Amino acid sequence: MNILDVKNLKIWDGSTGRTIVPDSSFQLKQGTCLAIVGESGSGKSVTCRSIMRLNKGSICQSGDILFQGENLSLLSEQEMRRKRGKNLCMILQNGMRAFDPSCKLGVHLKETLDQHFSWSKQAFTDHMAKAMESVMLRSPVELMNKYPHQLSGGMLQRVMIALAIALEPDIIIADEPTTALDTISQFEVVEQFIRLREVMGCSMIFISHDLGVVRKIADDVLVMKDGEIVERGTTQAIFTEARHEYTRYLVSSKLALSQHFANVMGGIALADR
Amino acid sequence: MGRYIVRRLLISIPLLLVISFLTFILINLSPHDPAELVLQAQEVPVITEELLVQTREELGLDQPFLVQYIEWAVACLRLDFGESYVTGKPVWSILGPAFFNTLKLTLVSVAVIVLLSIALGVICALREGRLVDKSVRGISFFLTSMPSYWLAALMIWYFSVKLDLLPTSGMDSLASYVLPVIVIAISYAGIYFRFVRSAMISNLNEDYVLYGRACGLPEKKITKHILKNSLQVSVSVFCMAIPIILGSTVVVENVFAWPGLGSLSVKSILSRDFPMIQAYVLVLAVAFVLFNTLSDIINAVINPKLRNDL
Ligand SMILES: Nc1ncnc2c1ncn2[C@@H]1O[C@H](COP(=O)(O)OP(=O)(O)OP(=O)(O)O)[C@@H](O)[C@H]1O
Ligand SMILES: [Mg+2]
Repeated sequence: MNILDVKNLKIWDGSTGRTIVPDSSFQLKQGTCLAIVGESGSGKSVTCRSIMRLNKGSICQSGDILFQGENLSLLSEQEMRRKRGKNLCMILQNGMRAFDPSCKLGVHLKETLDQHFSWSKQAFTDHMAKAMESVMLRSPVELMNKYPHQLSGGMLQRVMIALAIALEPDIIIADEPTTALDTISQFEVVEQFIRLREVMGCSMIFISHDLGVVRKIADDVLVMKDGEIVERGTTQAIFTEARHEYTRYLVSSKLALSQHFANVMGGIALADR
Repeated sequence: MGRYIVRRLLISIPLLLVISFLTFILINLSPHDPAELVLQAQEVPVITEELLVQTREELGLDQPFLVQYIEWAVACLRLDFGESYVTGKPVWSILGPAFFNTLKLTLVSVAVIVLLSIALGVICALREGRLVDKSVRGISFFLTSMPSYWLAALMIWYFSVKLDLLPTSGMDSLASYVLPVIVIAISYAGIYFRFVRSAMISNLNEDYVLYGRACGLPEKKITKHILKNSLQVSVSVFCMAIPIILGSTVVVENVFAWPGLGSLSVKSILSRDFPMIQAYVLVLAVAFVLFNTLSDIINAVINPKLRNDL
């Protein structure tokens, strides 16, 4: 069963008329993780933002985006806003910049959750603390009293994951959630993403440059180049029998890097035992 | 936060000392003999050497320089700036009322400037590149490029003479505030709203805006976050507007016959009334230091990162 079905998505820059994504169709199956890989500027972020209908004002889109059979393209802005957070949730690349710097984290989190639930202050703290502990953030109440700049990028990334856990969305869209992190935080965050899927059973779109991470987390992979989907298939197939030349290039050039990543992860896994 | 405020206040003390010292020597460096000036100002017909010596003694000018400064500075703390060379009355009895008149005009103007700048800045930023944005920027450019005496004259002609709605001059009622405040507010808000606008626009592109929207926050709440972060630059600008306007109301005060600092300072300079000039310079300099401190403190409240800097 497809939870998300994107049909003939076209994205273009309204101010210059330049086409960014000419014609893109793909599906996300219930409870699976779809990875989107591709070089910088290939249109991965723009595609994901258009699912949320959150591209900048000058960027236009057309096509059908069916979420649980409902066409998101036809919803009013008001109805779409209610879907965001509750049904479709995003996790961004740079945790350091994802929170209002002048606002304590707790204030930010409460504001978001108040938007979707009518929890008491106590219920909010309980839910959020539980979610934060589940992503290995210790002393959550203390953390909620801090400002974003007092936490590390990896911690903020996990706060975003915790917020997603508390929101319990149907689909999580993660746009390069590990790219801004050092290798060790990367490893921890990837572990949390894997846990997130296991615990919540939600569907996920995972954008990444890092094929090592993709291999670990994704069921299906889309490869994008210049706005077009040049290859699609199961993770297994992409890594072993890529048909498109570009995919083979990606796999081979990333192999060295992911080897390094695997070494570090293996090292930590060993140390953990 | 409390510690930041205390430390920030302590830092401004040496600054105040330096400023007061500079104000003091500035006047003493002038080529005129104060004693002679006093006698001239009091229109004494024949100035003898004897008279000069006597006057110097009265003014304490025969004492060592540093002693003079300390005595002067301590007296200033009690708002005792000496006596006017021209009228012989205590300086503060003339400067004080003028200062408060200008302060009232300034505070009302700054309040209007802040509200107008934020409102226009937000509207323009949210409609960036659209007709509203373009016309507001065009009109403000046109208005701010007009000299304020010309704008003031135009206003008086239209609202006071032609429509007979508002008084032409003086400060008798609340209505007297309207025209001077409008003239001052136009020339500042027309520039300051651009700071708010550009800060808002650059904040609109921040990730936290995208994330807030992706979490389903309504636009109103998002705008509040953006505004709070955008006001950082503008807070300093708004705070400093107070001393700047305090010191630059000359034209407006002269056009509208406002009995304030601007008119007084020009009069004092023309009649070489040194204690008056000295007090005027000192009051303004202190205002600059105080409002600078205030803006730093407000910024630290908005931006918690700054609190660690001190
Ligand atoms: N606000 C915008 N206005 C105009 N063009 C844009 C805008 N944002 C993105 N684009 C264009 O869309 C194309 C795809 O950008 P996008 O950010 O989706 O790439 P990406 O695949 O996410 O790259 P990266 O891996 O660097 O994040 C780029 O060529 C870019 O020039
Ligand atoms: Mg991107």
